[in-house]
Amino acid sequence: MTDASLPANPAAPETRKSVSLVAPDARTQKRKAAEARFRMYGIAGIATGIFFLVVLLSTIVASGTGAFQQTFINVSVYLDPAKLDKKGNRDPEDIKKVSTFGYTPLIQQALFDVVETNNLETPLAKRGDMKALISASAAAQLRDVVLENPGLIGETVDFRILASSRVDGYLKDRVKREDVVRDKNIDAEHLDLIDLLVPLGIVEKTFNMDFVTGADASESRPEAAGIGVAMAGSFFMMLVVLVLSLPIGVAASIYLEEFAPKNRWTDLIEVNIANLAAVPSIVFGILGLAVFIQFMHLPQSAPLVGGLVLTLMTLPTIIISTRASLKAVPPSIRDAALGVGASKMQAVFHHVLPLAAPGILTGTIIGLAQALGETAPLLLIGMVGFIASNAPDGIASGLLDPNSAMPAQIYEWAKRADPAFYERAWGGIIILLVFLITMNTIAVILRRRFERRW
Amino acid sequence: MSFVKLTTSALALAALSATTAAARDQVQVAGSSTVLPYASIVAEAFGENFDFPTPVVESGGSSAGLKRFCQGVGTEHTDIANASRAIREKEIKACADNGVTDIIEVRIGYDGIVFASQIDGPAYTAFSQADIFNALAPKVMVDGALVDNPHTKWSDFNSDLPDAEILAFIPGTKHGTREVFEEKVMVAGCEATGAHDAMIAAGMSEDDAEDACLEVRTDGRSVDIDGDYTETLASIDANTNAIGVFGLAFYENNTDSLKVATMAGIEPTTESIAAGEYPVSRPLFFYIKKAHIGVIPGLKEFAEFFVADEIAGPDGPLAQYGLVSDPELAATQEAVFDEQVMGGGS
Repeated sequence: MTDASLPANPAAPETRKSVSLVAPDARTQKRKAAEARFRMYGIAGIATGIFFLVVLLSTIVASGTGAFQQTFINVSVYLDPAKLDKKGNRDPEDIKKVSTFGYTPLIQQALFDVVETNNLETPLAKRGDMKALISASAAAQLRDVVLENPGLIGETVDFRILASSRVDGYLKDRVKREDVVRDKNIDAEHLDLIDLLVPLGIVEKTFNMDFVTGADASESRPEAAGIGVAMAGSFFMMLVVLVLSLPIGVAASIYLEEFAPKNRWTDLIEVNIANLAAVPSIVFGILGLAVFIQFMHLPQSAPLVGGLVLTLMTLPTIIISTRASLKAVPPSIRDAALGVGASKMQAVFHHVLPLAAPGILTGTIIGLAQALGETAPLLLIGMVGFIASNAPDGIASGLLDPNSAMPAQIYEWAKRADPAFYERAWGGIIILLVFLITMNTIAVILRRRFERRW
Repeated sequence: MSFVKLTTSALALAALSATTAAARDQVQVAGSSTVLPYASIVAEAFGENFDFPTPVVESGGSSAGLKRFCQGVGTEHTDIANASRAIREKEIKACADNGVTDIIEVRIGYDGIVFASQIDGPAYTAFSQADIFNALAPKVMVDGALVDNPHTKWSDFNSDLPDAEILAFIPGTKHGTREVFEEKVMVAGCEATGAHDAMIAAGMSEDDAEDACLEVRTDGRSVDIDGDYTETLASIDANTNAIGVFGLAFYENNTDSLKVATMAGIEPTTESIAAGEYPVSRPLFFYIKKAHIGVIPGLKEFAEFFVADEIAGPDGPLAQYGLVSDPELAATQEAVFDEQVMGGGS
């Protein structure tokens, strides 16, 4: 039988012989080529992604770094008692009556004196010509100092005041000489004078801390605008979101995952939570307007309301991630705890929850980061506009006083007329990105360090 | 843990106090995005010079602002509506239905509407209302007959204009600027080209012809911009041939990227608008809810400060920014001081 079967397959050893272990045959080559092509696609995909990321980041950095530098004018201002305290009694109430408009001429005079004493050659021969160089915020800066120390009236005090946005733009190459011809806010002569003042150290461009800590400014003085107060607004909103959505979200997920009976009702709730996570955020804004402001009469533009709206938006995200991390804890842990006599609640809180905590925290941080970058719902509850001008002075005022949020502030700046605001919008994006990257990094570190796999 | 407890209790307290005492101590303003820059300048100066907190100013368009304004009396509603057009009868009625009866109208000054294009684009330097109508209306006069707009290039109907594709970005219908554009440009052009008469000759009633004159073509050559002027500017930047409608103040802040066209031979400047020579200008208003005066601290002071000579006068910061100051400012100041409401009431 075996002998007879041998010659029946005489060709087989021959074909096998032609297959070399060293040189691949056509089919193997084809498969290898397909794999190589697939790798190429992958690399091309990643390269495209990285390319766009680099373009995006470099655009943001290139456009935004200007906001972190600001041009200042160092000038000694004589606080003329004849102008600031007409009655001469240094009564704070009387000094208060002099509005910022009374201070503007003093600053212009001070800068004009600098020009005269240094014998700078300029066709600008009037005190009023200095107006184009000085920020409108300088008068308020002086007035605040004088109101705090009425004793300074009559003395000459050194001030570091903001230069106007056009001057600032000129030193940052944003305002070009050829464009100034049609600009009624500044003339070429002003730029010539700036060129003379810079070597004297009177006009200087330095790091601008006020951008990080300051408040929003009106459209006529972009040089004074800062994102600090909006940052506080975002902080208080995140506080509300964290304090409300973490306990509610975790409690809801623990109940649904560990205690709730599996029936049609819990299925329905599960489906709805998943749906809520996909609802566009503007819908939550409309809900917030109707429920929190019009029905509950909470104050408009308040971070408390913003936080409540964002809580609604963040809850589904937190519930879904918490349930996922509770599910990831193996049943053997629960069984062991129950086996040694722990109650269901003890098993959950002493054993399951601590093991799930890193996952819960990661989900919470990512939910918060998402809420931090949200603008749309804030639009409807009055947090977008010229708002962030009063710095909060406590927790209650931080929650209830009108404020904006970082993304809303960026949006607001991006639509203002003066191009100087555009630069600040990019600067704001850099700060927002730093926050988001920090939060996501913390989430990644938490996951790496504490997550356990079974 | 104590931090969490502290914040939780603080939150609870804050929420409680908010619901019991919803009184607000800052003025709340919403409305026209054209008035927003001026209102924000005034609000900032107000916060600096008075002991009241800086008012909150939101934008969103004249119609949206007036709608919110008319929603009722009470601290959850806005105190002031900014508008780049006068309030309509319909809106006054909507206000009255919600209990907002005493409204103080304040005219702060005038604003010019300009047509501008890319600085390196085609030479759009001179327009008349008839040119804009011919370019943007759905039905225009060609050889004495009213036909569907056949024009695709500006040079099709006026050989003085550049040989460039027609593309215009005009304000959307929720903006007050749109109304001025329709009345001062489209209707004027409609009458100048004879389209208005032709419509009436074709059997349309006076009112219908008036409405038909306001329409713009819908074949994509006229694009409504619902956002702000920055959106129009971005669209202009992306389209070499396009023209856009801007406020004078916005144009003056962006002279490095825009060039302005004359209208009927007049260049738009604050001077030509103040003199009434430049045809496309409109008054800017804000409306105060009288019932809120005395309830919201600083409301009347803010309104008075807004129209004070040092703010809204010819040398004030508003004029500096681009507002054409009102020659009858003194009368407005008096009206605000006396709290004169609309409709001839006390």
